[in-house]
Amino acid sequence: MTLLKIDAIDVHYGDFQALYGMSLSLAEGETLAVIGANGAGKSTLMKSIAGLMIPTVGTVTFDGVDITKRPAHTRVSLGIALTPEGRRIFPSLSVEENLLVGAHVRRKGPWNLEKIYDAFPLVADRKDRLGLNLSGGEQQAVAIGRALMSNPRVILLDEVSLGLAPVVVQDIYEALPRIASQGTTVLVVEQDVNHALRVADRVQCLLEGRTVLEGSAGSLSREQIASAYFGI
Amino acid sequence: MTTDAVALENVKVSRSTKSSWAGLFVGVVVVLILATAPYVVGRGLQQNLVILFSLIVLGTMWNLLAGYGGMVSIGQQAYIGIGAYGLVVCGDIIGLDPFVSVALAVVIAGVISFPITFVAFRLSGGYFAIGTWVIAEVLRLIVMQVDVLGGGSGITFQAMSESMSPGRRIAYVYWLSLVAVVIAIAVTYLLMRSRLGLGFTAIRDDSVAAGSLGVRVVRSRRLVFVVSAMGCALGGAMIAASTLRVEPESLFSVQWSAFMIFIVVIGGIGTIEGPIVGAIIFFALQQWLSDLGTWYLVILGVLAIVITLYLPKGVWGLISGNGRIRLFPVGYTLKNPLEKYSLAGRAKKDIA
Amino acid sequence: MEWLNAVLQGILLGGLYALLAAGLSLMFGVMRIVNLAHGALAILAAYLGVVLSQNFGIPAFATLIVILPVMFGLGWVLQMTLLNKSLVRGGLAPILVTFGLAVVLIQLFQEIFSADFKSIQAGSIATNSIVINDQIAIGVFPLLTFVVGVAVIVALQLFLSRTRSGRAMRATSDDKDAAQLMGINNRRIYALATAIALTTVGLAGVFLGIRTQFNPTYGDVTLVFAFEAVIIGGLGSLWGTLVGGMVLGIAQTLGSQINPAYGILIGHLVFLAILVFRPTGLLPKAVNS
Repeated sequence: MTLLKIDAIDVHYGDFQALYGMSLSLAEGETLAVIGANGAGKSTLMKSIAGLMIPTVGTVTFDGVDITKRPAHTRVSLGIALTPEGRRIFPSLSVEENLLVGAHVRRKGPWNLEKIYDAFPLVADRKDRLGLNLSGGEQQAVAIGRALMSNPRVILLDEVSLGLAPVVVQDIYEALPRIASQGTTVLVVEQDVNHALRVADRVQCLLEGRTVLEGSAGSLSREQIASAYFGI
Repeated sequence: MTTDAVALENVKVSRSTKSSWAGLFVGVVVVLILATAPYVVGRGLQQNLVILFSLIVLGTMWNLLAGYGGMVSIGQQAYIGIGAYGLVVCGDIIGLDPFVSVALAVVIAGVISFPITFVAFRLSGGYFAIGTWVIAEVLRLIVMQVDVLGGGSGITFQAMSESMSPGRRIAYVYWLSLVAVVIAIAVTYLLMRSRLGLGFTAIRDDSVAAGSLGVRVVRSRRLVFVVSAMGCALGGAMIAASTLRVEPESLFSVQWSAFMIFIVVIGGIGTIEGPIVGAIIFFALQQWLSDLGTWYLVILGVLAIVITLYLPKGVWGLISGNGRIRLFPVGYTLKNPLEKYSLAGRAKKDIA
Repeated sequence: MEWLNAVLQGILLGGLYALLAAGLSLMFGVMRIVNLAHGALAILAAYLGVVLSQNFGIPAFATLIVILPVMFGLGWVLQMTLLNKSLVRGGLAPILVTFGLAVVLIQLFQEIFSADFKSIQAGSIATNSIVINDQIAIGVFPLLTFVVGVAVIVALQLFLSRTRSGRAMRATSDDKDAAQLMGINNRRIYALATAIALTTVGLAGVFLGIRTQFNPTYGDVTLVFAFEAVIIGGLGSLWGTLVGGMVLGIAQTLGSQINPAYGILIGHLVFLAILVFRPTGLLPKAVNS
């Protein structure tokens, strides 16, 4: 069943339009990769789902409920969790405290501190370290753990590979199937196409605020994706 | 070439608008008319105008610091006190000519304020505000310990009363304060019209970026602080020359800061016209509500809060249609020869 | 020996200053608001104490039962209406609004209560002392104030570090947009912070009212002392505020020992000296000031 449905939204930053009639559909349990170059509108799309940006036109529906104009802080209790672009770990809080804040909204589900530490041993090792003392990769793991602590129905991963060493990105993407296996729907936003394709069931490619390609990960060829990505 | 391209070539960036030339003309006329006051009106009105003029000076100086420089101070009364005491010290105790004393008091305030910046600038935002207040308090407490300055009960300014008749003294103080207003506004205008003013616009947006582009952030702030201090001292000297009584409790009182803030906020922060409008409103309210004791301060306080939240450009912002009328042009205007210009404010693109 | 007594009195005075300053420190830590109405609000609580005890015959400490919830509610409403709006406006707005509020409050006090000195009668507890020897005596009430001051700081610290709301507050202070993504309602968290801050201010105001005679102008000095305690101690640290309060208290009492007129001035000068030589304060917080 369709868990998340975005219907022809326009999103503006002041006078600047970032998304033009964007639509997206996400079925429960699937992993969707949204790819595109810098400035394509991927993060704007994430923010619209999480509530940090409100579309001027169109609707965002979650589990049948219209959440288009709902403030961001109310969406977590519905089951939407976002790991934002740039990780945004709370610098003055320890790793464990960051995770606990993730559970601020108490939702039932498989994820708790113990299970997060289990899934991400890297995070467990550093649980008392302050957020500002973490490396990029560690921050990313904590950010994902933090999002999982709210036991979301859908987790949005915004550019998790950005600024991280390839080895680290590898480790992070290896953890994704574990998340999906718990039944969580995953929406991955990426510039790194290879990793995205490896974990995704379906792919959607954006260019300058519009969808230019869509389909299941297996059915699309490299060339198709490349030309859509670069707009050739 | 297309007409658009030709037009683009002919676009001029200018500093002034038609309203500013009109404003300048009107301003000169007003000053000339005001200058004749001592020959035409009675002493009471002259003294009232002196109060109004000092409020304009103080408001303009507070606005220079806060509206242009971005630094909210609730300690400018320190320099009002220095100006007043400076006048009395130079005029009575040392025995200099009163007008020289005023100038000297202003210079002294400038000199004292300079090292103060090195302390005050350690703080920022609301803490800077309180810090300036602490400094003013320190000055007040020190002055109260000095017997030569009259200690806690203060002293009377005598030099002018001794050398001239009351009528003459009041007239001279009146002209002094009129000159002070013109100087205060002119200095503020010229400073903000210069590169310093442009720098401050950049600092307001992003001080780090401005600094990296070569804007001397700290130096600019220091300059504005010192100028503002000197202007407040000028105001203080005017007040002392007019009321003849100099007391630490009243001159170093934080109430002056309250007055300055209300004047600027209600009038319109960040413009030169704002404090003038604000001072007039403040003065009027003070006169009309004088029977109600200090309720006028409550009303002004509430008004200031409401205006800060809902009408941030103040009364002048309302009158001027949010900057379309500029009597004192400190910004830049784009003149497009293709568009018909009208004072009613049809689409003229402003850059700043 | 006299000097030792002065230092002791200073430490105890520091407890009052820490109690006064705790709320100011909290509001700045969470929202970056410097509440210039802080002192006036303390005096508001003090006047409420006077009215409740004199006009309604409620015993001094019992007035807290009424005053603390009132201040909590006032803080909530204040934040939800004026202060959240001023945060949205940004720039100079929070300073101007809180300053305006301070002036309005103090003027209202002048109109309603006049400039007469008043205090909250608390009976013998306000005047009793524990006498150690003929040079040193510790007032019972100053000691109580000190203990309460430390307790409040400890309680606030525990609240921030151990509770769900406290964590939410620290997270919001770090990054309010990311905090929203955690389901934290910024406006509500700010309101809670201000409500808690004003509750401590209420407590401080009543203690001030019992300890000393006050009038509307005390709104000003309370703000200044609270602020000096926070800066001396170091921005962002509640323990720093406690230390700062004590340093200020000692500076003032030692100053008074030299000459009664110098007490407050010496306090100011110590504050300025710290500003020049150690601007981050005595116990600065490394993170996110």
